[in-house]
Amino acid sequence: MTKMIRIKKIILLLIAALFSVAVNAQDMTGLIMKVKAKLDQVSDYEADGKMKTDVAFIKAPVGKVKVYFKKPNKFRLKKDGGISLLPRGGVSVNMNSIITTADFIALAAGEAMVGGTKTKVVKLLPANENSDIVLTTMYIDEANLLVKKAVTSTKENGTYEIEMSYGAFGQFGLPDKVVFSFNTKDYKLPKGITLEFDDNEKELTEAQKIKNRKGRVEITYTNYLINKGMSDSVFK
Amino acid sequence: MWTLIQIELFKIFRRPRTYIAFAAITGLIGIIQFGLKLDGDSYVDFMMRDITSSITVEGKILNGYQVCYIVLQILLVHVPLLIALVAADMISGEANMGTLRIMLTKPISRTRFLLAKFMATVAYTLLLLVWLAVMALFVNMLIFGTDDLFLLKSQYVVLLKENDIFWRYVWAFGFAALAMTTVASLGFFFSLFAENSIGPIVATMSVIIFFTILSTLNIPVFNKVKPFLFTTHMIGWKEFFDIKVNEANEAIVGSIQNPQKIMQSALVLVLHIIGFVTASILVFRKKDILS
Amino acid sequence: MLYYLMQPIVSVTGLTKQFANLTAVQDLSFSVQEGDVYGFLGQNGAGKSTTIRMLLSLIKPSQGQIRIFGKDLQTHRNEILAQVGAVIEKPDVYKYLSAYENLKLFARLSGVKVTETRLMDQLNQVGLLHRAKDTVKTFSQGMKQRLGIAIALVHDPKLIILDEPTNGLDPQGIADIRNLILHLSRDLKKTVIVSSHLLSEIEQVATRVLIIDKGKKIIEGNALELFDPSQTIVELQTFDNAAALTKLQHSQWQKNLQPQRDAAILVKLDRKEIAQLHRDLVAMDIALESLQPRHSLEDYFLQVTSGNQHVDTYTN
Repeated sequence: MTKMIRIKKIILLLIAALFSVAVNAQDMTGLIMKVKAKLDQVSDYEADGKMKTDVAFIKAPVGKVKVYFKKPNKFRLKKDGGISLLPRGGVSVNMNSIITTADFIALAAGEAMVGGTKTKVVKLLPANENSDIVLTTMYIDEANLLVKKAVTSTKENGTYEIEMSYGAFGQFGLPDKVVFSFNTKDYKLPKGITLEFDDNEKELTEAQKIKNRKGRVEITYTNYLINKGMSDSVFK
Repeated sequence: MWTLIQIELFKIFRRPRTYIAFAAITGLIGIIQFGLKLDGDSYVDFMMRDITSSITVEGKILNGYQVCYIVLQILLVHVPLLIALVAADMISGEANMGTLRIMLTKPISRTRFLLAKFMATVAYTLLLLVWLAVMALFVNMLIFGTDDLFLLKSQYVVLLKENDIFWRYVWAFGFAALAMTTVASLGFFFSLFAENSIGPIVATMSVIIFFTILSTLNIPVFNKVKPFLFTTHMIGWKEFFDIKVNEANEAIVGSIQNPQKIMQSALVLVLHIIGFVTASILVFRKKDILS
Repeated sequence: MLYYLMQPIVSVTGLTKQFANLTAVQDLSFSVQEGDVYGFLGQNGAGKSTTIRMLLSLIKPSQGQIRIFGKDLQTHRNEILAQVGAVIEKPDVYKYLSAYENLKLFARLSGVKVTETRLMDQLNQVGLLHRAKDTVKTFSQGMKQRLGIAIALVHDPKLIILDEPTNGLDPQGIADIRNLILHLSRDLKKTVIVSSHLLSEIEQVATRVLIIDKGKKIIEGNALELFDPSQTIVELQTFDNAAALTKLQHSQWQKNLQPQRDAAILVKLDRKEIAQLHRDLVAMDIALESLQPRHSLEDYFLQVTSGNQHVDTYTN
């Protein structure tokens, strides 16, 4: 996807958002604040997780990760000694950091079903022009005050989508499973550089290529340790 | 036979030329180690530039396993030249020195003599690879530590877990030994046809360089020839570092993507070795020793 | 000597070696008896080396048979070679090894169990004991030659083959080799085949001599006869050599005629007979242009083997 198309898309989204403001001028800030309040119960947490990287051109095993969070927006994903492959800008794989953005405009954009749950669709527009995030669309389970899905468009890191499922730690707004989807560029290195001789690989069809361009990172969390206090040194 | 091999090994390891290869490997790896230790991060950045546009790679990429892979990738293309230095000299060098005719007036059949010499060449080749393994794998594991191995291939990238790597290197070195033995048998074959070692050494190197270029060139017309060139199969060791994925695109720890491809390459190499050695024996048994 | 009763050590029949466009050896037959010092004479390129290499199975004959110790060389190669010691041309050994290491290596290849004492003793015999541990790189040509001989003898062979053993040696070295051959033959009762392009070397040691040229046998005979100092060869030039030759062939001198070279007529005779020959030539009305006695057989040998043409008239 070229930058131009992406920009065009973002502009379109913005226009759509503004349009919905005009038609449906319902301020959703209240809902967001409620969600935020729920998240605010947690001042820090650490959790063990299993991370699975599903990108067409990546062959990686399931890895164990540890995530750390501390208010207001410190987040770190650590792989025990190993190497981890994350989507670019992937440290934002958590809701807290998205939602704690100080100033925003929240606009209602209807309702949608996400994973069998009815959700409110909310468009968040950061007030700060310098923010990397251009627009976040959130799908919020109003009854439980849980963000089920968020689609974020950024200036630098493209658009990515986060889907969350909740379990035992839903009461803290912490997901059991996060699926992070993002666009990937084509990957190909000349064989001269990788020093490969053979040419046996099948060329992918155009349809496959498009499908393959969507990358996914899936983290399944276990063992949340919440509000046990955390030193800042973890994030260095 | 054992006495013969012993004598041949004794001769090989009493010659200064033998140690050129060991020194060269030590020196080259030393330079790579020094460079990567000093400025490894920029090397990694350079390596990663094609992937970091959509993916962030975090962790200690430049660990001992990675350095070993880099070293093998660079060196294994050139080690054949070092092998040729000794293998292509095995018969021609003796012819040049004038010792061949004395050797062959001893009560040993020519076939046994030739096989002993070939075994000694293989022993030399294996020792060189053991040395390469010590320098490239063990020393680098000491200097750079061990961690996951992140590899860039032309179509995809592979991430191997730390505990899923060592055995791959063991096999890879085994495969490299087979590949280098193929080179040795080629050099050995050429060494029958000359009375000085320069000709066979240059001939062996030329064949390898020529074939390697053909193997590397991605021109459709050459692609048909590639499977028949032994150089194409010599990099089969890399296949040990490709991993299978399941339906969910998760890498299966302990798996190899194309084991049948490795077997096939190994078979091609073994057939080459058998071919070159058989040809050597047939030629040598009939050869008039005029040196 | 009752040669005919003994089985020859070496027996060669109809030996021929054809290289691409050169017949190096042609239909050569000879035999070497036990105890012989068999001199093998010929110019460089006459086929001596090719023949010797065929005896050692270094070169495969195109035709003919070689039997050594009564066995066929092709089928009993290793058995035969275990009893043969050889120095072929330059004594090349492993330059980066010491004399001792070289000797030990070749002894093991010959299948001999070697003790250090035995090896040192062997080196002592060729006068290299004090240099045993030095690498051969530092040796002179003569020293290398002596080491080569030690290698040829270390497994106590029955038959010793020396191909041009004196090449590149100084007079002292040449004398040493001569003494060695005599020692091997007289004291150790070995059979020796020695080749050379120099008659002077052969005539002092050989019991029998074979002279070859262009791969063909010129003459084979008892050295005492061939090198009898009372014998000489006179070269006759007449105003009509063809007529003169015809006359001589029908005279009592017929048995003295030698293979003819160029236009000259060669007559082998006792020095005392020269006067008689002269008188007979006059009697036969042969107009003599010159009559020139050769000093030794060497001149004759050189002439025979360096010329371009032969007349196929042989006498004994």
